[in-house]
Amino acid sequence: MLTILFDGVAYGMLLFILAVGLAVTMGLMNFINLAHGAFAMAGGYITVLLMQKMGVPFLWCLPLSFMGAALLGAVLEVTLYRRLYGKPHLDQVLFSIGLVFMAVASTDYFVGSTLQIIQLPEFLKGRTELWMDTPFALGMGHYRLFIVAVCAALTVALQLILSKTRFGSRLRAAVDDQRVAAGLGINVNVVFLATFAVGSGLAGLGGALGAEVLGLDPTFPFKFMVYFLIVVAVGGTTTITGPLLAALLLGIADVAGKYYVPKLGAFIVYTLMIVILIWRPQGLFSRGGKS
Amino acid sequence: MKKRLFLSAVAVAIAFTSPSFSFAQDNTFKVGLILPMTGPFASTGKQIDAAVKLYLAQNGDTAAGKKIQVILKDDASTPDSTKRLAQELIVNDKVNVLAGFGLTPLAFATAPLATQSKTPMVVMAAATSSITQASPYVVRTSFALPQAAVAIADWAPKNGIKKVVTLVSDFGPGIDAEKFFKDRFTFNGGVVTETLRVPLRNPDFAPFLQKVRDLKPDAMYVFVPSGAGAAVVKQYIERGMDKAGIKLIGTGDVTDDDILNGMGDSTLGMVTSHHYSAAHKSAVNQKFVAAFEKANGGLRPNFMAVGGYDGMRVIVEALKTTKGKGTGDDLLAAMKGQIFESPRGPMFIDAQTRDVVHNIYIRKVEKQNGQLYNVEFETIKDVKDPGKAK
Repeated sequence: MLTILFDGVAYGMLLFILAVGLAVTMGLMNFINLAHGAFAMAGGYITVLLMQKMGVPFLWCLPLSFMGAALLGAVLEVTLYRRLYGKPHLDQVLFSIGLVFMAVASTDYFVGSTLQIIQLPEFLKGRTELWMDTPFALGMGHYRLFIVAVCAALTVALQLILSKTRFGSRLRAAVDDQRVAAGLGINVNVVFLATFAVGSGLAGLGGALGAEVLGLDPTFPFKFMVYFLIVVAVGGTTTITGPLLAALLLGIADVAGKYYVPKLGAFIVYTLMIVILIWRPQGLFSRGGKS
Repeated sequence: MKKRLFLSAVAVAIAFTSPSFSFAQDNTFKVGLILPMTGPFASTGKQIDAAVKLYLAQNGDTAAGKKIQVILKDDASTPDSTKRLAQELIVNDKVNVLAGFGLTPLAFATAPLATQSKTPMVVMAAATSSITQASPYVVRTSFALPQAAVAIADWAPKNGIKKVVTLVSDFGPGIDAEKFFKDRFTFNGGVVTETLRVPLRNPDFAPFLQKVRDLKPDAMYVFVPSGAGAAVVKQYIERGMDKAGIKLIGTGDVTDDDILNGMGDSTLGMVTSHHYSAAHKSAVNQKFVAAFEKANGGLRPNFMAVGGYDGMRVIVEALKTTKGKGTGDDLLAAMKGQIFESPRGPMFIDAQTRDVVHNIYIRKVEKQNGQLYNVEFETIKDVKDPGKAK
């Protein structure tokens, strides 16, 4: 019972880290970036290649993949994305889906299409089990514990940055009304650039953490695009807690669904999404009224 | 005047090109090889392609006075592409034989084309029992899953495994693997307490494995396609299922030679049943493995490579028998009933079912010279596909 819950939470946390960048660009910057998964994949491959070719320890790979993906995000923001902020959503969707195809094809070409396997350090491989022969048996893989811890820390940090720092208030101001914010002396371009880079970096980190659990191959951005979009659609894009709760709900529903009704497998998630969206088309936690 | 000049120019051009054209037609024997070279099952394509090249390098690429030309196409394991590529190969390239087919759905998509065009179709990888019944032009050199599934179902109850949960990929061969294992295992007095099917493209086995763990069987029987075994084994270990006393058994796809070393020492002692192991003790196999590793930078051949190697042999021998003059039907007739020693051991193509008959081995993962191998310790001779016994 609790084991399933725990696995679901770990899976949900991971989805949250992967999708939070998308929530930010979509909700705050009003840009639909379907290529978000490509940044996650970039982070994953940075980790895999650093570990396999250069023997970099796993824990060092995590910040490096964050930085790698963030840098990639920053470069693409300046060169490509910035031009599309004012464009209609259809243009943005077509542009970013094109990017995904290019990312998939070039990864396939340069790294090959096999599923990448990473070897975790020993201390993350174990498993702790509590109350084994009771109805509350709880088995926790150490790696999944690690994911939960990292993601929880990141969530708190993000929430603090957005609500308590000057950068956070600038970002919120820039989102609410770009022109007034610019008039007040906020450099909107730099704020958006930084936000986009951090969002991509977080995706990269998620990709690196998820390589072990989700499996990493060149089709990664497509396989998980739907999940990201569900997280954002269900959670709403106006807060951090919305996508977090949506991701947790999705993770737990997915794992529990496959456990209890293996024959239905993946359908549970979609059913849940449809039900929630019929009930609250704005997402679970939107401020309402704002489209 | 102008028109006449043009016409004569065309006539000259035709006169000039057509003999060389028919010349090329007469002296090449074309094999259309369709494999997944990209996508999640690219390892299958890579192994078969390398094996086909190796066979031609070892045996020469001319037979019966014809040059053998292999046209390789990548279908990225999408059935629609396989069908389209097969059509192009038949109509435009006028291939004499179709070959390859990495997964069951890919073979099924192409089978009707083979029937219509009377082109022999050599299946080198896909392993669902009923593929050979999809077209009278299908010849298989890989294996049929029921062969392996039945063998392990016979072995398990004799070795203290009475209660089993099955976990298979949810597509043709997975369902074969589940059905034939379950029937035979139950017949032998065992109990299958639950049958779990995992979507083909879903690498997250966690909830399914947790379910198996909570059911506490003696063993978990696994089938996943070549290349996907690593994820299952990793999570099986991570979940501590080995320590909880749940053994992992399966068909040899799980402890695939290609990725066995990458899975690590935790695989030691796992028992599987299959038709080929790179550690098979025979002179033919040792020569094959050495040549394959040499030609491919140390890559170890797996059962896919052997299917491709033997498939090419069947094609070339049929070409020799028909002396290069044969139609599709003649080639097909010459493929049926071939008996030879493959790297896997003795095998033959059953003339009635056009399916392969070979030994199935029970193997255990052991360490030899610092590397992990599936070491064979029991042989079941000349296994016919039980799926066609009815």
